[in-house]
Amino acid sequence: MNFPEHLKYTKDHEWIRIEDDVGIIGITDYAQSELGDVVFVELPAKEKHVKQGESFGTIEAVKAVSDLYTPVSGEVLEVNPRLDKTPELVNKEPYDGGWMIKVKIDNKNELNSLLDAKGYRELIGK
Amino acid sequence: MKRTAFYPIHQQLGAKIVEFAGFEMPVQYSSIFEEHKAVRNSIGLFDVSHMGEFEIRGRDAFLLAQTVTTNDVAKLCEGKAQYSTMCYPNGGIIDDLLVYHRGDRLMVVVNAANITKDFHWITSQISGLDVQVINRSDEISLLALQGPKSLATLQKLTKADLSAILYYTFIETKIADVEMIVSRTGYTGELGFELYFESSASHAEKIWNAIMNAGREFSIKPVGLGARDTLRLEMGYCLYGSDIDETTNPLEAGLGWITKLDKGKFIGRDTLLKVSQDGVKKKLVGFVMEEERAVPRHGYELRMNGTVVGTVTSGTISPTLEKGIGLGYVASQYAQPLNSLSVTIRNKDSKAKVVQVPFLKK
Repeated sequence: MNFPEHLKYTKDHEWIRIEDDVGIIGITDYAQSELGDVVFVELPAKEKHVKQGESFGTIEAVKAVSDLYTPVSGEVLEVNPRLDKTPELVNKEPYDGGWMIKVKIDNKNELNSLLDAKGYRELIGK
Repeated sequence: MKRTAFYPIHQQLGAKIVEFAGFEMPVQYSSIFEEHKAVRNSIGLFDVSHMGEFEIRGRDAFLLAQTVTTNDVAKLCEGKAQYSTMCYPNGGIIDDLLVYHRGDRLMVVVNAANITKDFHWITSQISGLDVQVINRSDEISLLALQGPKSLATLQKLTKADLSAILYYTFIETKIADVEMIVSRTGYTGELGFELYFESSASHAEKIWNAIMNAGREFSIKPVGLGARDTLRLEMGYCLYGSDIDETTNPLEAGLGWITKLDKGKFIGRDTLLKVSQDGVKKKLVGFVMEEERAVPRHGYELRMNGTVVGTVTSGTISPTLEKGIGLGYVASQYAQPLNSLSVTIRNKDSKAKVVQVPFLKK
């Protein structure tokens, strides 16, 4: 299982990639594997303000539904338009084609509370 | 935690393993969708060795079975199997099960989660009878081979004419040189067989590999419990612990067809006869979601015009219909097909329609 070093992780199995003051957010390889076949992803509207630790959407897989938690507070700049028709990208490319939202980060200090790849691996025991 | 004889194979195949009824079982190998479709379109192989098997023998074996089960054991003859339930005197379902007539004895196949409970119940009913009840669950492996190509695949491995085995009948023969019961039964709604044989690591590997090799030309896939659940739900089959349990009776669950009130005395009959005369208060119905992306799940509320009328007991997205489908109990007056309902999904009501099961018309 793959957990890229350049990402930060939440205990709720989301990842975030930082590009200047923008955070790109998705779920980890472990999360997609635990969920199994993703059927659809419900994402917030653009311009919505999301808060660290709160739910920004839901992900429905064949076996179960699960909330998606925001790694960092900010305004939603973009949602991945491809997930509407091809939600399976979350399974196939969790860190690339399966990204979910882009957020303009309010306060980069919030990133300090996230895990690095090593910490996340320890959390899930992989 | 228990493991079946196939556990090393599941591990080798990289299956995702979950705890189920005290067993470490494969929930999926590749993808629930792919495994589901393999069974509907071609063929899939399931390890369901966690299921329990009891042998009932002795002069009163049939009398005991007739007393503890709701279907009519007298209708069985050697080589036939029967779907049935076992109830408490109050009509609550202890388990749903299969009864196999093996000439001088019966084999009863029960749900893994209920092995201990069922065995205690059955053995508590034997006083004064000439009967032995033996729990063979740990000695027997069970594979299910399901899908339109199951006959062609299995036929390669035996001289016996498998096309002669009718639905809910079985033979005892050799497959891949191993003695076994070959039963034309299953939990998927497809043409299929269930194979019971003596559990051992060498048998497990030999039979699994023989079937996977024989099915290669049909792109056979190993199938986990995830797809087993979506396959059975598309057919509207009940799952014990979700759709039926000790708080539901077979008449409410739509299992009146295996509840033979006129067969004579059996445990639960008096209550069930009264329920049948008075009419059931709630009924298990199938429903289809009319909105896209609405997936019902166990425990969600069913409403009509805003009022709660029942609860979802099983729900999923149907891989074949690509729609949300589910089973749930509703007050009897709302159970007619085509009735409109709504399912409360994350605080939002989504429209659904009561339909006759199976969801998949075959």
